[in-house]
Amino acid sequence: MIGNFPYITVIIYIGCGIYILMFQKNLIKLAIGINLIENGINLFLITLGFKKGAVAPIYTQAPSGQSMVLPTPQALTLTSIVIGVATTALILSMAMMIYKHYGSIEVNEVRRLRG
Amino acid sequence: MNLLNHTPILILALPLLAAFLIPIIGKINKKATGIFATLVLGLSLILTIILAVKILSVGPQIYVFGAKSPLLTLPSSLKFPIRIMFQVDAMGIFMGLITALVSFLGAIYSLAFIDKKDGLDSYYSLLLLLTVSMFGMEFTGDLFNFFVFLEIASMASVSLICYRGTDLGEPVEAGFKYMVVSSIAALMVLFAIGIFYGEYDVLNIAAIASVIKYSQLDKIALGILVSVLAMKAGAVPMHMWTPDAYSEAPAPITMILVAASQASLYAIFRVVFSLYNITLNTLAVGWIIIIFGLLSMFIGVTMAIIQKDIKRLMAYHAISQTGYMLLGVGVGLAVLANPTALQRYGITAMEGGIFHIMNHAMYKGLLFLTAGALFFRTGTRDLNKMGGLAHYMKYTTIFFIIGAAAIAGLPPFNGFASKLLIYESVYKFNPLLSIIAMVVSILTLASFVKVFHSAFLGPKLPQFIEVKEVPRSMVFAMAVLSFIIIFFGLFPDLIVKNLVHPAVMSLIEQFKYTSTVLGGM
Repeated sequence: MIGNFPYITVIIYIGCGIYILMFQKNLIKLAIGINLIENGINLFLITLGFKKGAVAPIYTQAPSGQSMVLPTPQALTLTSIVIGVATTALILSMAMMIYKHYGSIEVNEVRRLRG
Repeated sequence: MNLLNHTPILILALPLLAAFLIPIIGKINKKATGIFATLVLGLSLILTIILAVKILSVGPQIYVFGAKSPLLTLPSSLKFPIRIMFQVDAMGIFMGLITALVSFLGAIYSLAFIDKKDGLDSYYSLLLLLTVSMFGMEFTGDLFNFFVFLEIASMASVSLICYRGTDLGEPVEAGFKYMVVSSIAALMVLFAIGIFYGEYDVLNIAAIASVIKYSQLDKIALGILVSVLAMKAGAVPMHMWTPDAYSEAPAPITMILVAASQASLYAIFRVVFSLYNITLNTLAVGWIIIIFGLLSMFIGVTMAIIQKDIKRLMAYHAISQTGYMLLGVGVGLAVLANPTALQRYGITAMEGGIFHIMNHAMYKGLLFLTAGALFFRTGTRDLNKMGGLAHYMKYTTIFFIIGAAAIAGLPPFNGFASKLLIYESVYKFNPLLSIIAMVVSILTLASFVKVFHSAFLGPKLPQFIEVKEVPRSMVFAMAVLSFIIIFFGLFPDLIVKNLVHPAVMSLIEQFKYTSTVLGGM
């Protein structure tokens, strides 16, 4: 049971993120929602790579006979974190530009495109 | 050391390198950036054609990164591939040809169209990055690599949609919408990839395909992948970003964005056919894709009829045309498990759907470019303010007629060829679907007659007295597209037999896809 806790946390993270994206009206809060989903998914990836009692996969220094974890999930998580930083920066900079042109970052008021 | 083995990576590496060289060139000469980008994209187009010839005559090409030889898929003593690899088959190169052609013509058109002096270097840099990411999505054989290219594509296209955002608010609004949609899509794709990795311990598409069981987790992953990729492709009911993004981006970028959406569409087909293939419940999933297609066709075209903004109208038509591709391929998927029906009409339906991808990229690109030409000279996109432009812009008028006739499916243009394939084969599957597709086609024609009437016909208007034909580079890009449209319309057999049929077969025959990596296991 205790081993499933990370997965429950993942679900809570993603659920909170989707809730924010659906029901919040502030553009900055939308960025926070996307970040929460991303954190949940990063946690999911890193949990997949966990192996009890295994050591880091440094081939030359591992004690013989001990199992090693596969480094792929960690590499995936690192890549995804880097991409996430770029995405967040882009979203926030666009929120700034929207504030400059519209004088507001509320979704209800940023509505010139319709139909 | 054969340089020809390295073509798959060179197609990506040259524009990628150039994308980071362009800011430096921009420091010396602003004008040179555009010419440099065009040359690099032209080189990339030539390499893509070379690779296409090789693939269609020899078979799928593999490029493994970091291996001793680029063709070494399985390192010794391992049963599954661990390295990232490109796996280009007939379907991948089919999409690659579209990408290469569209981005090359987009760059040529931009030479005259983008007249804003500051930010010229970042414009071309991002255009090259967008091209690279589209190639990557189409060539890659690795799921995580696909996710990385998907994110690069969304970031580059968002920045390009916001290109006019320093002066106007609307492009940024459209860009924000697209960014939220595409980051959710990319993150959900990553979640599905995590599910696959947790289950099978591999990330290579072919390796997963050879062991996939269609368990409960696989069903969840399939649901996530198909729905979010349909969202990125702009299918109804997840289409809300499409009209905004397409209408606010500069015209050449809109043309490339259409191709980028089609790269997501390609990813749906790749997932459904190459990854799951016969293991899934083909009839149910096929009908889901058909219903996506029907909704897109019908809602897209009905929303288009009431639009007044020319590019917004065309964007809704882009949604509607995406429906045809989904319909054709969906019918093929629905009968995948039934060999007689597949032979009788399934393959033809898929040929129609896949051929329509290329035709759509050509005529929709041409239409967006003509809309850009009108905007370039008149400064407005509102159809009510235009009129009598045929007096001043003769070439643009002819190109618009060609594009409009092609999208409405009139012979002898290319839209007719692929739509006829779809009508005939879908009629054998379910007559009602075929009739709906024809009605949508008629509505499309009605809507374009309206555009033609209000923009081009009528007396000369006093406010457009100074309007003249667009510069030569823009005419050249439109002329090439028109030539391709007519050529495809006159000789559809040539294209279907040599290019489309191999692409369809490489989707249907999953064994071929996996055996190129795993070697006849």
